[in-house]
Amino acid sequence: MARRRSQARLREGRPDVIAEFGAFALVLGLVMSLAQAGLSAAGRITRSRPLAGAGEGAALAAFLGVALAFAALMHGFVTSDFSISNVAANSHSEKPLLYRVAGTWGSHEGSMLLWCLALTGYGAVMVVFGAGLSARLRASAVAVQGALGSVFLAYTVFASNPLVRLADPPVEGRSLNPLLQDPALAIHPPFLYAGYVGMSVVFSLGAAALIEGRIDAAWARWVRPWTLTAWSFLTVGITLGAFWAYYELGWGGWWFWDPVENASFMPWLVATALLHSAVVTEKRGALAGWTVFLALSAFSFSMLGAFLVRSGVLTSVHAFAVDPTRGVLLLSILGAASGSGFALFAWRAPALKPGGAFAPISRESALVLNNILLSAATTTVLLGTLYPLIREAIGGQAISVGPPYFNLTFTPLMAALLVLLPAGPLLAWKRGDAAGVAQRLGLAALIALAAGFLTFALASPRHAFGAAGVGLGVWLIVGAGVEIAERTHAFRGPAAETWRRMSGLPRGAWGMTLAHAGLGVFLLGACFETTWKVEAAETLAIGKSLDAGAYHLVLESVAPADGPNYEAERGRIRATRDGALVCEAAPERRTYSAGGQTTSEVAICQRGPSHLYIVLGERRGTPAAPVWLVRAYWNPWASLIFLGPMIMALGGAVSLSDRRLRLGVARRRQAKAEPRPAPAPELAARTAEGEG
Amino acid sequence: MSWLPKSPKARRRLTLIAAIAPVLALAVGLTLWGLKDSISFFYTPSQADAARPAPGRAIQLGGLVAQGSVVKHADGRVEFTVADQRASDRVSFKGDLPDLFREGQGVVAIGAFNADGGFEAKQVLAKHDERYMPREVAKALKEQGEWRGDGAKPAYGKAGPT
Repeated sequence: MARRRSQARLREGRPDVIAEFGAFALVLGLVMSLAQAGLSAAGRITRSRPLAGAGEGAALAAFLGVALAFAALMHGFVTSDFSISNVAANSHSEKPLLYRVAGTWGSHEGSMLLWCLALTGYGAVMVVFGAGLSARLRASAVAVQGALGSVFLAYTVFASNPLVRLADPPVEGRSLNPLLQDPALAIHPPFLYAGYVGMSVVFSLGAAALIEGRIDAAWARWVRPWTLTAWSFLTVGITLGAFWAYYELGWGGWWFWDPVENASFMPWLVATALLHSAVVTEKRGALAGWTVFLALSAFSFSMLGAFLVRSGVLTSVHAFAVDPTRGVLLLSILGAASGSGFALFAWRAPALKPGGAFAPISRESALVLNNILLSAATTTVLLGTLYPLIREAIGGQAISVGPPYFNLTFTPLMAALLVLLPAGPLLAWKRGDAAGVAQRLGLAALIALAAGFLTFALASPRHAFGAAGVGLGVWLIVGAGVEIAERTHAFRGPAAETWRRMSGLPRGAWGMTLAHAGLGVFLLGACFETTWKVEAAETLAIGKSLDAGAYHLVLESVAPADGPNYEAERGRIRATRDGALVCEAAPERRTYSAGGQTTSEVAICQRGPSHLYIVLGERRGTPAAPVWLVRAYWNPWASLIFLGPMIMALGGAVSLSDRRLRLGVARRRQAKAEPRPAPAPELAARTAEGEG
Repeated sequence: MSWLPKSPKARRRLTLIAAIAPVLALAVGLTLWGLKDSISFFYTPSQADAARPAPGRAIQLGGLVAQGSVVKHADGRVEFTVADQRASDRVSFKGDLPDLFREGQGVVAIGAFNADGGFEAKQVLAKHDERYMPREVAKALKEQGEWRGDGAKPAYGKAGPT
């Protein structure tokens, strides 16, 4: 304590100006964003290359400014400079370094700064990699991105500036919420925001295409990698959040259909639809208008998410750092940005040319159906999330829409999508052969049915829906395998031929297969965990035991175990099965000195893909004869719930490394319109290789 | 199929509508059904007195945990009183309470009234963050005039909120 006080006194004597410098850099970032929007727009209107180039320079400068401001705030957090109001409210000098760093984005102000950092960062990346886009489209897109950046930076500077100093700095900060002091959650916001804000690039490209009145395959080729990047980040971000909820909240659940969860899930659903419709626009030139609509929607849903999460208009168990007064501002930003985007769409979309025709049974139709189902599913989630607001606005009773609603509406739509999914990639473009596809999937269907029936017969208690879900998961995984086998002529030709084809397969194809199989893996885990989980809770004295499924748990001891900024009780629990030792679990219950909040540190024993999940609850009984509330869950196949989405994100990354999606390809297309250096011949050859 | 329109454009439109219509009907039907049956109403104790939800009907009961009302039984059961200014209800819950459950704080209990008028909670929610109150609780209490300001302003230099 004395050391800290002397540190504080030291600071008073030698005040550093890093926060002031950061605040200045932030304002500079705002000015540069405005310049980016203005110069690029002027460059587009006057068709002046120097002006557009200046706009691009401003985009880089804006990123630099925001990055410096972010670094200044992080410096404040790391050095525990409590004269910065945001640090004082969200940090504590005893916090471990990782959480002091993570504290930078742990508050409303800090997270909005992270949002701006991502927004200007994507703008800068767009400029750096944008050489392949036509000059006009690029200028328009950079201008739109600059306008988005200006709005959010203005909000950050004027309404939620994280670098404001306190006149009377405290000796100690109020600390970050202990539940957020967790490795998974420390990195969750950066991934989530990289995903959310990645959609802004797609939004800008969509708006720019509408301004230019031209949507073609080259544009769709550009949209795909950006969507894929954002989608992969969002997938990882949502999974980290679910994983955190799973082991940190100690409820044994991983998805609650909570508004905050839905807020991140809706942009993901729209981005998934966009990924698929962009393929049709790229390969066949069809669905251009719809693809642009989705491009605009994806970022609108991201902004809606930010509004829902940050304003606290909806009751959420995950609501952190909520500030209703700022909700109005965020809502106006959302209204202005997506409102002008959709107005532009209404005005310009009718001018877009319709694309190629296709038969009712074809790859295009399959992707259209995918989009219809995903959009319908998104709409049901949106309605369920906003319904309490609507009800209240029209003067009704306060209500909440819980998991039963979402299980009833979302699940059947998704089930229909998943049943049809493996057929999609096997259908040919333009005109597909339904009978042929059915024949090729026959074996996969048999395996899936067998898996479903086997599960139904063997797993106790018997559960038809759970078994059906398991069958569906197997169907997806085997279906993805069939797709690869078909492409490589596996089991039909010589192995060498298969190997040659396999290594020649574009990475995009592998990425798709991985993503689809990952969805199947997730489904297996989700069905097993939700259907056959076993829960047991009892108050135990030392030496007493409880049974969870086949496992026998004995509370051996409870001892104090204090950490850097908390006091804790750590239990030692011996888990056995049929007398054989399975694991020694050490769940903790921590009480944080700052704020007095308690958290449970769950102990998870990994058993193959399954988890034995043990929580040490509060101490009860008398001081002489203490008892502890111990809860144990047997969560079968729970690892797959988190592994599956990670496989999907890996699929996204693999696809991104595909040469065809690399941005040089768009350059080749452009070469026809504007004379440019000829691309490498092998690159051109690879582009000609279509999918399917 | 002679009943199909001749122009390919109209045909394509027809197939698209044929694909969208069932999905749309399914989605609308499920949504309406879901919103009718699987929503749960939020009541404070006095609102629950007025509305008298049927025993067994899932609702959310929100209010402040009355001071001194929490009884923790050794078998894991917890009983506490959720109160607003005019009424109170006795809630019983088996399980571990959320980490932020305190006397005098806002709480939402999800469950149903039993035939005797006691409330049996399946889940008890408090916020992750000690500075915030469940929104419906805040609103309902505001309407009853019991609300005292929007949370505590950060008390710098002190040990934290109490």
